[in-house]
Amino acid sequence: MTLDIVQMVLVTVLAAATPLILAAIGELVAERAGVLNLGVEGMMIFGAAVSFAVAMQTGSTLLGALGGAGAGLGLAALFGLLTVGLAANQVASGLSLTILGLGLSGLVGANYVGIKRDPAPQLAIPGLTDLPGIGRLLFGQDAFVYAAVALVAAVSWFLWRTRAGLTLRAIGDDPIATHALGLKVRRVRFLSVLFGGACAGLGGAYLALAYTPFWSPGMTAGRGWIALALVVFATWRPLRVAAGALLFGGATVLQLHAQAAGLGLPGQLLSALPYLATVLALVLLSLGGRQGGSPAPAALGRVFTPSR
Amino acid sequence: MEAARPVSAPLPRATAGPTPLFGAYGIVKRFGSFTANDGVDLEIRAGEIHALLGENGAGKSTLMKILYGLLEPSEGVVTHRGDIVQLPNPEAARRLGIGMVFQHFSLCENLTVEENIALVMPPELSGRALADRIAKLGIDYGLHLEPDRPVWSLSAGERQRIEIVRCLLQDPKLVILDEPTSVLTPGEAEALFSVLERLAREGRALLYISHRLDEVRRLCVRATILRAGRVVGACNPREETARSLAAMMVGSAVHEVSARAVRAIGAERLRLDHLALPAPGLHATALRDVSLRVSGGEILGIAGIAGNGQAELFAALSGEALAADPACVRLDGKPVGGLGINARRRLGAAFVPEERNGHAAAPLMSLSENALLSRHPTAPLTRAGLLRAGAARDLAQRVIAAFDVRKSGPDPAAGTLSGGNLQKFVVGREILAQPGVLVINQPTWGVDAAAAAHIRQAVVDLAAQGGAIVVISQDLDELFEIAGSIAVLHDGTLSAPVPTAETSREAIGLLMGGSSDAAPALAPAPALAPARTH
Repeated sequence: MTLDIVQMVLVTVLAAATPLILAAIGELVAERAGVLNLGVEGMMIFGAAVSFAVAMQTGSTLLGALGGAGAGLGLAALFGLLTVGLAANQVASGLSLTILGLGLSGLVGANYVGIKRDPAPQLAIPGLTDLPGIGRLLFGQDAFVYAAVALVAAVSWFLWRTRAGLTLRAIGDDPIATHALGLKVRRVRFLSVLFGGACAGLGGAYLALAYTPFWSPGMTAGRGWIALALVVFATWRPLRVAAGALLFGGATVLQLHAQAAGLGLPGQLLSALPYLATVLALVLLSLGGRQGGSPAPAALGRVFTPSR
Repeated sequence: MEAARPVSAPLPRATAGPTPLFGAYGIVKRFGSFTANDGVDLEIRAGEIHALLGENGAGKSTLMKILYGLLEPSEGVVTHRGDIVQLPNPEAARRLGIGMVFQHFSLCENLTVEENIALVMPPELSGRALADRIAKLGIDYGLHLEPDRPVWSLSAGERQRIEIVRCLLQDPKLVILDEPTSVLTPGEAEALFSVLERLAREGRALLYISHRLDEVRRLCVRATILRAGRVVGACNPREETARSLAAMMVGSAVHEVSARAVRAIGAERLRLDHLALPAPGLHATALRDVSLRVSGGEILGIAGIAGNGQAELFAALSGEALAADPACVRLDGKPVGGLGINARRRLGAAFVPEERNGHAAAPLMSLSENALLSRHPTAPLTRAGLLRAGAARDLAQRVIAAFDVRKSGPDPAAGTLSGGNLQKFVVGREILAQPGVLVINQPTWGVDAAAAAHIRQAVVDLAAQGGAIVVISQDLDELFEIAGSIAVLHDGTLSAPVPTAETSREAIGLLMGGSSDAAPALAPAPALAPARTH
């Protein structure tokens, strides 16, 4: 019995972590290429609104999820055009993107406020899903969760095991040197930004289609910013991003239970707990021993204009 | 830009003979209103080492970038075996067999050696296979590399080895080398020369850019000389002297450093006693039992191969690294080992680090702001904690005037200056303070002959006025030109200084390689009499 309770807790932790993993892994790729996109929150919530609207119109969760990813990608394309194409300031463009995304999401979602929808279907394999203790956790999740896990593995493999990933990291480290070698700095950066946008949109779609599942304005509640912080504190490593997101999810669930149990601590303090715990853990992690060099992509946030 | 017209300019117009491997004809490159290349013709034949000579800003880099597909010429054509070719990007150049060894290394600091090389290799060559190729080439040509080291942990000399290996792995037909020996020791340079001569024998063409005219005379049989974007001459360097070549580059005779009669050595001003410092990083060098004494009027040269503790010694002298025992470092007798860099400046010391961009100067800040950065302890540039922008501008202008710093605009960002001009600025900034002690690391790295002569002269003049000077340099010619005595830094230990007049390049070179035992045996000279081993 206790095993099943543990499993239930872990399932909720994973659910809370999934949108963060999705958004953060996308941002990680963009930042590894040297582009700091502060518009994650905007892309995420726009993705949530569009995905819910598409799913309601078509009745298909898959199309909704694709719509959400597409919405994030669209906003990211705008951001990429400004910062990569026109060498606009990345910080200012990213902040504007968040504001734009929040506004657009309100517009798209206006007609859907308060409507509830069935959550995204969860995997059900007879025999496996019913295994005691681990069945639900391993074999009973929805597709978003598996996608998030797969993305972490895929990005990790891509960045450190493929030539294209090496090129991407090199461009994030020194665009001038890599340009001198003839690598396509702006193309790679633009594609990385698009990937980041699609992932953020997918994270938003997960919130609207599986986590809650309904649309309400402002429903991302700052998760985009948490995702950004996760990337930094995880020192731009995919596995650490996943670990940080799980920790955050765990602390969220813990504080909910603590509030329900009535510990006598102010609710606001408990609500802040996940944020504090995540920041603290990742700071401790990033303190560990490098002798030199920089864990961050050296050219992060610097615009690049080739001389021609 | 100065409009130095060619005196008499025989153009290397399509010389009779076989079709050149690569040719560039009538190359013009304009950046806005500035013309970097103005009708340049260049022919390179297979199997030759062709020198491209010129001062900083003469247009050599622009021409090279055009040949490597990094810049598109405004006018003119590039040919390969007589056919006109388009070089829209470096990939196209590499496909034609053009390889480049960059002066300002195009390496990513946070990637490993192998990753940096893999960046330009075909995708199927990676991992084990690539590591094997790197190792094999390293053995073949004597260019040893550790594939898994991150670049940030490597010295300039090691970084250059990566550039060369990366270029050779692509089996190039034409290798462009930009100042390849500027960071090498004589031994390393000698090894490089045999590599280059071997490449030429293999039928490859080499385009060799160097300020070191002796090398050009040793290696090259043809030279093209650029000045202010135009070809002003072509010659066989072996039939010229270093001075006549320099004169062609500059357009007038190069001023030779006049070592003014060194004043009677004054009081001891800088002293290190048995300084030991742990290595500041995984791949840095620990300093072991380093002692030195420099008196007023004296120039002590410190020779050594890159990565043997030069950066660490500089940091210990400047106060960037503090000594455990303050008495280890003394300025005019005062223990300063525990004092930071500004406190040492207030006591009359000045420091010029090796890296111009990022260490000596902040590239994105203006010259006057850069003047402020190192001079605020020693010049009246602040009042009640507030900056006096006008005084900083005046100071910057004085440096610019005294050191003939060429720049665009009244107070441009430091990063927009050419290497030689920025170096003149950062050296001038310190020397105008009339420091009692000056520590300068690689004073003329990658700087053209005229600027280098200017800098060396200023250092010699400062010593003549009673300054105690430490020059850390890998350029032995430079040390023999200006230093009164030379000590060698090897693996974090400093040899006893030897008067320059009593030693030879060969003897110092041996010490640099660490073979201090073998040195006295090799002796047609009274060379290493006072040398002592630790």
